[in-house]
Amino acid sequence: MMAAAWLQGVARRVAIVAAAVILVPILLYATPSAGSTQTFAITVRYSRFMPAQFTVRRGTTVRFIITNTDPIDHEFILGDEAVQGHHENGTEPTHGQVPGEVSVPPGTVAETTYTFLRPGLLLIGCHAPGHYAYGMRGWVRVID
Amino acid sequence: MRRHLGLIGIAALLLAAYASPALACAGLIGPNGAVNLVRTTTLAAHHNGVEHYFTAFSFQGGGGPFGSIVPLPGVPTKVERGGDWTLQRLVRETQRELQSEGLRAAAGLQDARVILETKIDALEITILEGGGAAVGRWAIEHGFILPPDAPEVLDFYASRSPIFMAARFDADEAKRRGQQLGDGTPIHLTIPLRNPWVPLRILALGKKSSDVVRADVYLLTEIRPALLPKFRRGMFVQYSAPASPGLLRDLRSDKGMGWMPANGMWLTHLAINSAAQDLTYDLAVDASGRERPSRVAAGLEPSRQLLRPLPRSDAPTAFPFVALVLGGAGAAWRARRRSA
Repeated sequence: MMAAAWLQGVARRVAIVAAAVILVPILLYATPSAGSTQTFAITVRYSRFMPAQFTVRRGTTVRFIITNTDPIDHEFILGDEAVQGHHENGTEPTHGQVPGEVSVPPGTVAETTYTFLRPGLLLIGCHAPGHYAYGMRGWVRVID
Repeated sequence: MRRHLGLIGIAALLLAAYASPALACAGLIGPNGAVNLVRTTTLAAHHNGVEHYFTAFSFQGGGGPFGSIVPLPGVPTKVERGGDWTLQRLVRETQRELQSEGLRAAAGLQDARVILETKIDALEITILEGGGAAVGRWAIEHGFILPPDAPEVLDFYASRSPIFMAARFDADEAKRRGQQLGDGTPIHLTIPLRNPWVPLRILALGKKSSDVVRADVYLLTEIRPALLPKFRRGMFVQYSAPASPGLLRDLRSDKGMGWMPANGMWLTHLAINSAAQDLTYDLAVDASGRERPSRVAAGLEPSRQLLRPLPRSDAPTAFPFVALVLGGAGAAWRARRRSA
């Protein structure tokens, strides 16, 4: 009897831990509630965003913290295709004044904050020469 | 968005041999971003436990600096100007064979350490030791413009050998020296090494996946070498035969080539004609007779260990190994030079 109860307790704890492991990331990252403020940590390694895909609820304000582990310059540009195209052909040497846009020098950490007001798909990209074409991009899906 | 800055670095390895100046350029990048996609020729010769690595930089016109970064399997004991025509002689040797028989079938937080600096003609050569990130930072601080794949590629090499050669080719200096378009500066590196090794993946640095990488790699070894990878799309063994007495005699007579034995060498010619996306490996060579080229050296599996250079005390003295570098030099370096 005692053994069965002990096993039951262990199983319950395992279930709680498993649920936490599954649900916490979802709650924290995948679909933050509307109107909340969330923090997303992104690592840049080998000219890739990691992670590169996110889902947020409309109205969420996200603080993106980008760590560049590469020895080369990168940038984090959030916006639709028109924004990406503008930066791909633009000449601005650095970013940081516009929400969702920030330069990340080698070996540094930079951050930018953006509020997602409309549902849809926004893109993330780095427009240092050749980087976007190389595949340094991602997306944020905004849901209701 | 440094939109107007050219990217792309390119590396070329040429082990122990010579290449004709016209063929000996690596993918060098100018400050205007132009990339010279010229076929690369390299010779890697291995004798008495020493690799002689030869390559050449060609003057392609224009002005300002060009650069290259080349991974090396060990610390060179000597970096010097190569002979005048060794690479060309090798090309002629194998072309003749092809004509007679028809076409047979490339960190951390520590800074990079400068081991050696020298200047050969219009080339400024620096031998560096450091992790991929450290070498990348050094390159940027010295005006190189690294393409987006550079961090991964530099780590790919640094995990096996933390030795790199950075070469800056000053086109303005070349003009002052009277060099003409296509004139090459052969470089000869002497590296104590148990087995020859030729970095190939570095040749694809900065290229689009569909770009074609073309290179000629010559090997001169004491016995017929075992190669790895054996078969790869875009890699062809064009020639494999004992080196003729005439070839060895001619090579020995070139400047700085007295180390070349009079006989008993095996000549191998590999042609690389590969899409950049397929060039994910290096050339590992076993010239010991064990027929076991290293998968780590070929880049086919990761390792903590390096390419096993000979201990300094074991190294025969003053044997040449030749190499050349890749890179991209940019406006920053040029501006720095102007302000200096």
